[in-house]
Amino acid sequence: MLDKRLKQSARKTLRTFITLLPIFAGMLLLTSLAVTLLPEQISAGLFGRHDLIDVLLGASAGSVAVGHPVASYILGGELLAEGVSLLAVTALIVSWVTVGIVQLPAEALMLGKRFAIYRNLMCFLFAIMIPFMTVYTLQLIG
Amino acid sequence: MKSERPAGRGGIGGWVFLVVVLVIYAVTGLVDYELVLSAIGIFMQLLDKVLPALALVFVLIFTVDLLLDPKRVEKYLGQRSGILGWLAAIVAGILSTGPVYAWYAVLHDLRQKGMRTSLVAVVLYSRAVKLPLLPLLVHYFGLGYTMVLASYLIGFSIIGGLLIERIDGMHAVSD
Repeated sequence: MLDKRLKQSARKTLRTFITLLPIFAGMLLLTSLAVTLLPEQISAGLFGRHDLIDVLLGASAGSVAVGHPVASYILGGELLAEGVSLLAVTALIVSWVTVGIVQLPAEALMLGKRFAIYRNLMCFLFAIMIPFMTVYTLQLIG
Repeated sequence: MKSERPAGRGGIGGWVFLVVVLVIYAVTGLVDYELVLSAIGIFMQLLDKVLPALALVFVLIFTVDLLLDPKRVEKYLGQRSGILGWLAAIVAGILSTGPVYAWYAVLHDLRQKGMRTSLVAVVLYSRAVKLPLLPLLVHYFGLGYTMVLASYLIGFSIIGGLLIERIDGMHAVSD
């Protein structure tokens, strides 16, 4: 029984691996190209004008983005390395995994329109609040 | 929320994405060959940095899948309420794997059986804490950041659950 369960989980993990592999490779390749092409433009152009604008930009980008969270971590990590603020990167990561504009129709269909709309609006608001709280907490604890 | 969209399309979406990226590389290479070589160099460096964390991610995916399945989650969330229900919703969200669409369906069924609206929101929000992916988050942002962010995500899943139930209740009264 355990042997069967182990094999089942191993097969599922392998399937997940095969699903994740191209996303992971593609995202790393895309990030590498973006880092090569636009390092200064990213850090000094769109971002870096005002904390709130950075957070709004990050949260908006994450809300409409489609992809595995791995992609947001990689993109966020590289953006951070290029000088984009932790506030903006956190907003991107949080909204990427909590707000689903693309999934909204499916969510509304299964869980109700009111539930889906209010939940996503609320998650967007949280994606603006959480970066500030996270960064300030990190500053507080040193 | 949108994390497993490619899996929901049988994994083909990911390969299409990779092909599109390779085409972008090919086109860029035709315009500026040196730039593509430089990008590949950066890609190799990134890969070298990220591979150990990725190995750990897959060990955790295997472990989570071995210990938990949607039926087991359904059992706990469908039967319990109160504090235990909230805890079960958070844990279920954190440990949940698979396409988010599958979870919409599971949560829809649970709701029909009387699951609280707030707990549905909690499960969906706490999915943001991706346990198997935490090593990768630690790799990029550090342990302190990961712990603080995960704590806030869990805390906000509860706040979100309470708010959504309140909003739902207000509309139910006005309807």
